[in-house]
Amino acid sequence: MVHTFDVIIVGAGGAGLRAALEIPQGFSCAVLSKVYPSRSHTGTAQGGVCAALANEEEDSWEWHMFDTVKGSDYLGDQDSIEIMCRDAIRAIIELEHMGLPFSRTPDGKIAQRMFGGHTRPENPADPNSKRVAVRRACYSADRTGHVMLHTLFENCIKQGVNFYNEFFVTDLIINKGVCCGVVAMEIGTGEIHTFHAKAVMFATGGYGRAFRITSNALIGTGDGCNIAYENGIPMEDMEFFQFHPTGLWKLGILISEAARGEGGILRNNAGERFMERYAPTVKDLAPRDMVSRAIYTEIKEGRGIKGSDGTYYVNLDLTHLGAQTIKDKIPEITGFARTYLGVEPLTEPIPVQPTAHYAMGGIPTDNDARVFLNAKGKILPGFYAAGECACVSVHGANRLGTNSLLDIIVFGRRGGKAIAQYLKEAEFTPLPKHPEGKSRKMVDDILSSKGTENAAQIRTEVQEQMMDKCSVYREAKLMKELVGDVRDLKRRYKNISIADHGKKFNTELMEAIELRHLLGTAETIAVCALNRQESRGAHARVDFPKRDDKKWLKHSFIQHEDGKPKISYKPVVITKFQPKERVY
Amino acid sequence: MQVTFRIQKYNPETDTTPYYKEFVVDGVDETWRVLDVLEKIKGSMDGTLTYRRSCAHGVCGSDGMRINGRNRLACSILLKDLNYRNVVTLEPLPSMPVIKDLVVDLSDFYKKYELVKPYLITKTNPPEAERLQSNEDAEKLFESAKCILCACCSTSCPSLWTNENYLGPAALLKAYRFTFDTRDEAPEERLDIVDTQDGIWRCHTIFNCIEACPKEINITWHISQLKKALVNREI
Repeated sequence: MVHTFDVIIVGAGGAGLRAALEIPQGFSCAVLSKVYPSRSHTGTAQGGVCAALANEEEDSWEWHMFDTVKGSDYLGDQDSIEIMCRDAIRAIIELEHMGLPFSRTPDGKIAQRMFGGHTRPENPADPNSKRVAVRRACYSADRTGHVMLHTLFENCIKQGVNFYNEFFVTDLIINKGVCCGVVAMEIGTGEIHTFHAKAVMFATGGYGRAFRITSNALIGTGDGCNIAYENGIPMEDMEFFQFHPTGLWKLGILISEAARGEGGILRNNAGERFMERYAPTVKDLAPRDMVSRAIYTEIKEGRGIKGSDGTYYVNLDLTHLGAQTIKDKIPEITGFARTYLGVEPLTEPIPVQPTAHYAMGGIPTDNDARVFLNAKGKILPGFYAAGECACVSVHGANRLGTNSLLDIIVFGRRGGKAIAQYLKEAEFTPLPKHPEGKSRKMVDDILSSKGTENAAQIRTEVQEQMMDKCSVYREAKLMKELVGDVRDLKRRYKNISIADHGKKFNTELMEAIELRHLLGTAETIAVCALNRQESRGAHARVDFPKRDDKKWLKHSFIQHEDGKPKISYKPVVITKFQPKERVY
Repeated sequence: MQVTFRIQKYNPETDTTPYYKEFVVDGVDETWRVLDVLEKIKGSMDGTLTYRRSCAHGVCGSDGMRINGRNRLACSILLKDLNYRNVVTLEPLPSMPVIKDLVVDLSDFYKKYELVKPYLITKTNPPEAERLQSNEDAEKLFESAKCILCACCSTSCPSLWTNENYLGPAALLKAYRFTFDTRDEAPEERLDIVDTQDGIWRCHTIFNCIEACPKEINITWHISQLKKALVNREI
């Protein structure tokens, strides 16, 4: 079946929904999601979204910009970061006007709390004075992502946006050098549909499920990124994957930085507040990459706490915060500790460990979500990307907490506006002869395979390998093995078969296709991580422990050429802040 | 450790009626989520087993199902929360058409959600900065805003079982969320929507919704606030 729309947006998380709101009346737009919009991973964000509103204390977007640049370990593009931090103030007010139920200050303004890596000069008159933590994160208790997702979804309903829920996109259609649609499987019926469009936006989210311990939803399998990659579009900075320091031990479920923003303290087996040694000024509110490394180091040097299954963790201590703060400010995450670990945060510390959390890398875009076809900046007309699947790059080598919710509303909107502009002149590019051919073959191959491999087994193996060989600390020897391992798994993947041969709601088929994307994404991460011979942000090499600006102050682009990944580079945009050593 | 799951199966392409299939699952632990067991069954015992899931920690609302006769999220219930030494029975959420195994058709649920105008309606232009709202007024919305649209409440409601046109607790909770938002400028419009034969007066305070809600929202209390507003309006 062929559907025709001016715009197709794939993904109904924050970025996709925000973009959809920008498509003016008179143009047709459909949002495709493999789940229901309210199930999108944006909803799991907890602690807040930063903007220099200065509702609680003096602040400025320039300080926010500096923190984001420094947090990115100077790999973020400063023109993009400036756009984001300036626009943050308008974007948050807009969300409030849309109805988002923020927590409030005593005078009724949007309340703000401290968050990792967000600082101000201790003496505002002296920009070079010591930086101290600042209240910049706007929040709604610890459900900020949930209420943001719902507010955007509600506004889409108000505006009458077309949703195709439980439609699983399987391919991108490019003809005559222009992106002109997508192919999708309707999950309920198994029917393959073609969506012909003038413009397509991918807002398909991240791929944390490439790792065994992750905070990411089971749907975070990198579908959009890998579909783009397989269609010849490069991926930018794939080696940079953020591990959030405080995932619930064993499970990886996120315990927001807001817990430390409200005063929570990380402690080792001696009860020592170990972050004092790693980040003397901001301590527990250091950026995530540093805290995750500190936890790994504590555990490696014997100061972790051994759990019942022989694995190690450190403690997140909230016991001094008091019942009222916990109930009002962080009810959800303390509930997770009770439900999943049987721990009472009012009286006991919460066992935590770093968890795969956020992909800084992804589909390369300009500041208006237009997708680059190569490192030289050639644009693929008609194709846009925003949110975690995209790399603008505002997060560089390490994203600051709260900046992902900000990224999706700022660049989702800009992408939507750019599409609206493009539609004024764009025509429909004709569909190629058999737009569904590749997707049909992929589905048929899986359904008819008599192979001996089990998809769930391969998925577990890739997650284990990525976790063991390419997580917080990395080294060449293990990553070389990993590249081989992932390629082996890709070969074995060709020999999978599934038990469900039905058409209707075949989630086994869908998971098998998701695994294809997960493996493709894992390979690009491993290849790029092995390639970058320095330590920067979330990419910490044991064998190259220093940042190397001379050789590596550049973005890497990995592109599929003649069946092989090829890496090229793009310079970092530096405007206001020259790279400096990164200490907190 | 071993656990036995008895799961209602139904494949629309091959089965005329639903049936139960038992799975004896080894190597589990009492700290496992029901969802973890389902993932193990699907991954290594029966790939055809079909259910929805996404976040796996009670935030997205995908995996609502009937677990030992109660509406629950499979990712928020651990084996130790159940009487797992006996057989654990899983069925799809009641009263909605079953698509396959544990997956139900949510169209009616979302249709009713949309009916109550689940969005802020304003008629005046907003100020340049945020609208002011006291923290006290904001917190009056937080409990209702916790709703994850999992449908556990509406499908547990006997009033909805007997009258399929009834809006149901989830839609009414959403109506509260906006009617009592001090920033909303159309509370009357929304009250009119719920003040109908198949609207709020079908709620007979049976409290099943509260028992079913995985987010521990006191849904009946919120509905009662809407009823009070309507009674006061009529006086």
